[in-house]
Parts: sequence; C-alpha cells; structure tokens
Amino acid sequence: MGMNERETQSGAQVAKVTPEFEAQAEDLISRYPVSRRSATLPLLHLWQNTFGSIDDSGVEWIAARVGVGPVQVVEVITFYPWFRRKSAGRTIIRVCRTLSCALAGSHDIKEKFCQAVGVDPHSHSHGFGAPPPTAPDGEFSVEFVECLACCGSAPVALINDDLHERIQPEDVPAIVKKYQS
Amino acid sequence: MTDSTFSMPAPHPKERRLIFENISKPGYDTSLETYLRHGGYESLKKALGMKPGEIVDAVKAANLRGRGGAGFPCGMKWSFIKYDDGKPHYLVVNGDESEPGTFKDRYILHHDPHQLIEGVVISAFATNCHLSYIYIRCEFPHAAKIVWKAIQEARAAGFVGKNILGSGFDLDIYVHQGAAAYICGEETGLLESLEGKRAYPRIKPPYFPAVLGLYMQPTIVNNVETLCHVKHILRLGSEEYAKMGTPGDGGTRTLCVSGDVARPGFYELPVGAVTLGELIFDLCGGLRPGRKLKAVIPGGSSAKVLRAGEKFKIKAKGPDGAMTEKEIDMLDVVMDAASLAAVGTMVGSGGVIVMDDTRNMVQVLNNLNQFYAHESCGQCTPCREGSLWMSKITTRILDGGGVEKDPATLKNVADNIAGRTICAFGEACSWPTQSFLTKFPEEFSAASAKLLN
Repeated sequence: MGMNERETQSGAQVAKVTPEFEAQAEDLISRYPVSRRSATLPLLHLWQNTFGSIDDSGVEWIAARVGVGPVQVVEVITFYPWFRRKSAGRTIIRVCRTLSCALAGSHDIKEKFCQAVGVDPHSHSHGFGAPPPTAPDGEFSVEFVECLACCGSAPVALINDDLHERIQPEDVPAIVKKYQS
Repeated sequence: MTDSTFSMPAPHPKERRLIFENISKPGYDTSLETYLRHGGYESLKKALGMKPGEIVDAVKAANLRGRGGAGFPCGMKWSFIKYDDGKPHYLVVNGDESEPGTFKDRYILHHDPHQLIEGVVISAFATNCHLSYIYIRCEFPHAAKIVWKAIQEARAAGFVGKNILGSGFDLDIYVHQGAAAYICGEETGLLESLEGKRAYPRIKPPYFPAVLGLYMQPTIVNNVETLCHVKHILRLGSEEYAKMGTPGDGGTRTLCVSGDVARPGFYELPVGAVTLGELIFDLCGGLRPGRKLKAVIPGGSSAKVLRAGEKFKIKAKGPDGAMTEKEIDMLDVVMDAASLAAVGTMVGSGGVIVMDDTRNMVQVLNNLNQFYAHESCGQCTPCREGSLWMSKITTRILDGGGVEKDPATLKNVADNIAGRTICAFGEACSWPTQSFLTKFPEEFSAASAKLLN
C-alpha cells in the first residue's frame, strides 16, 4: 500500500470531508507538480479555515495526501504560530505587538480588546499548536502577534481577514460590535 | 475586501516613483485592464525579443541591488544560474515581508499585483525558470487572493502559462502562503517552508540557492520590490536606471518610515538622494510638536541603532580628488547601503523607525528582544537560548529586578550569538542589544543599578 493510500485511523471524523473539500484539496496539490509534500502548508490552511482547527483526523488526512507520516505534519503545525490543534474564537483579533505599533500604544489597544470581548488580558497562547486565548462564550479570541508589516499606520490589528489601522482606544467598542453576531 | 487604507500625498520633489507611480494614482485598481492601460506588460514584450543573457546583463549594468535586506547585486545572483545546465530552475518570490519597520511589499502585493507578475515573467525568462512560487505571508490573506486572481487573468491573456505571447517560453506561477513565522523571510528557511517542512534555514555552503535551492535544484529567490524593478530597468534602459542611484547601487529605493514622526509612510527615492535628516525633517515633517529626536533604527529592526547627536568620521573625496576624513552628524548620513555601512549600520530592508525623547531605550530594546525570542526557529543553540535570555534580562530590568552586571551579561550573550549560527538571524538578534548598550549605556546602567544601590 503506497503512502498516498494510507488509511486514516479515525474514519468517522474524516466523514466530514465533503466532495467540495476534496476538490479544493486536489486543486491545491496540483499546484506542486514536483512534490506533493509542498502542499502541506496549503492543506493545513484549508483544513483550519474549514474546520476551525487541525485535530488528529486532519493530521492523518493531510499526511496521507502529501505522502508523509503524521508526525511530519504535527511538527509543521507546532512550528508555525498560525496553526492550532484546538479551535479558537469565531472572530480572532490579532493585535501587532512589535516596535512601531508598541510605540503607538498597541499594549493599551490589546487590553481594550480583551476587556471588550471578555478575554483575560494576562493570558497568552503557549505556542506549539495551542489556540489563542478565547472568551468563555467562544465568540472571540485576542492575541498579540509579531509585526504585521503595516508600521506606517500603527497601531494595527488583523481581525479575521481584515486589517484595522490607526486604532485609538476609543475605537475599540465600535470595532468589536461589527464582529458580534 | 478591506486592507490598508491607501492615501499618499503628492510626491515630495525629491521623490521619484517607479514602483509606486501607478499605485498612488486615484482610481488605479488591480485589474489587468487597468494595468494594460498604464503601459503594463510592455517590458515583457521587449524582454521576449531579447536574448536571456542580454536581460541578465541589463540588470547587472543597472546596478540593481536586492531590496529585501541583504542588498546583494541582483544581476550577479542571476548569473550564478547556468542557463542551459539541463536542470530545472525555479524562481521564488520572497513576499514574506516580516522585518519589523518594513511595509512596502504589502502595498505592491495588494495594489499592483501585475507589476510583480510582469517582473516575475521577465526574470524567469532571463534565468530559464519554468515554475515560480510567490511566497506571501498568511497575515496578508487578501494579497494572496488578489495576486492569485491577477495570475489567472494574466494567464488568460497569454502573459503567463504555455508559449507566452507566442515566444515558446512557458512559465507557471503559483501563490504559496506562509504561516506567521519571521524566519521564512530567510531565503533557505523559505525554501524549506515551501517544501512543506519547518522553516529551518539550511546550512551554508552552498551560500546561494542558485546552487542548491528548491527541491535541491538551482533556484533564484528575490524580494517582491526587487523583481518589480526589473520591469523598470527594461523600460528605462540600464543606463538611465543606474544614473538615478549611486555608483554600484542603481535606481530607486522605497524607505518606510514609522514611529515618532509627523508623517509616517513610504517614500520612493533615488538611491542616495536624501540624508537621514532630510528624510525625517523634510519628507516626514519632523517629529511631533515639542518632541526632540532621540534614536533611529535605519534599516529594519535588526539594523544597529543611531543616537541623535552622534558624530562619525567618514572618508570623503575632497575637491582636489584626495581622500580626506571628515566628521558628520548622524542626520547627515546618506540613506544608501554604502553610507549606512560606513557608520556601522545598514539600510537593510529600508524600514526606518524613529524614536523621540519620551522613549525609554530599555523598553524599546525589550520589545525587540521579545520579538527575536519569539521568532528564533530554535535550530541553533546560541540563538535559541541567547535570544530568550536577552529577552528575559531586559524584561527583568524593566520589572525593577535589574542588577549591576546586567548590561555586561547582555553584551556577553549577544556577542556569543553573532557569527555562531546557521543563518543571519543570529546577527539580526544580536545587533539591537549590542548597539543599544553601546549607544545608550547610561540608560541601561541606571535601570539595572536600582536594586544593588
């Protein structure tokens, strides 16, 4: 049995993979004609965007698709801060922590976001695939991230896919409101 | 889709916009149609009528240096690839833009993707590459979509894909998203990441991916802005392009200014056109009212800091042609690679971070130390342990737990990282600590002496 046909151990979980998801995965893999393994990061993004986090079934499914062992997928997940093994809030607020944003008040901004959505401002992710600190209702996660490369309009935050710039402390409640369900 | 709000003031008389010429025009969007209306893909047509070697020579003659940070001559990098060695060649675009203080590629990727794609196709043609990946950090989710859409538009119009514009040249381009690791900006770390692995930089030698790169084949890795310049070199001609800059460093360079200035933003200038003082006080409108300049990091967070009022002795050619030594103020340092190197720092990625007299230098260094401690990939012991120790020590000093020997310990840790690691991250994380301690010793000793005195 070749690596690509490896059976995953958690067959029940994999039932959540729809034909549409399969097609998206195949499209991503096709962009790496030289090595399927190159599709590891794209498939991790796809899995996390679709299912919220990358659990064991995701690790096994992706490992089988790209032709590596599950551990080689886990070591990628735990290396890159973006990937997580457990779900985060529905909305993720990533405030830039690095110098230009810090000079412009990002510590205060982050604390305001934490207060507005009910995340403990002193908690932080422990890395290695841990999700960012999340409010008890599961609506929001808030974390500090490193430079978002928008230093000219500091302080900035990436909220889900959207960038917010020149955030003032008084802007925080209105920004949060936009993302409340 | 929302991304960075975009408002650029009219160019300052000293500015010369090549890369940002169209981006700053009202109504300029990312569609192929708009790009074609602004002379898009004309340089590509010209390139396809040239011999690949002629393009490499043109880039060499233009004195184009890489805009990603290391400043390596682009044409020379390309010439390390043997055009017809029978191996597959790859062109990888470094769009990981992650050096704190740098934010130029963000605007190119979001607002002018076709300019990059045109640069990629020309450069791939010159180096015999038929597969190219644009590595974009995942914190730019819209950019990845915008660039991918632009690639598909370009493919439909015959600028990408099989037999480009009937030339017989084939090139596929794909977008690859990172996952929030700074080390992916290091070119060999980036290649590992692109191969689906942890982004551990590769052991050197070989020093250049042109020898062993992606999938262990000859590979060119260039920064986003660098590849955009290639298009303008062909459009203007090497001579005119080179003339804009200084000898050995041609064209324009985008300087990104952030921190405590009245008008932060990016400024595209002929290389060497302004001094640090002109950049801060003229282009950026100086500091905020009532504030004085204290310190400047001139080339991304890794560059060694300059202290306001600092004087340097540099060698300069006198009117009679003889070399003389003269003393200049840090504000008189010209913003180009050679001049900044002469005063012990670097132009790096062009990220200028300005700090005024309200700033505590221990806090500033601690912020950078925390960045490097978080971003060290962990492969080499001196860097993995040292970056964490530097961060712990500056944090402890700030928390009031400093001891007298802390500055010396910090320096010792930094000195034992630089030069002892696989990649340049070792230097990048040591230089801030080394330079802040040297330039602002009194702040560190005052903060560290609290407990023992």
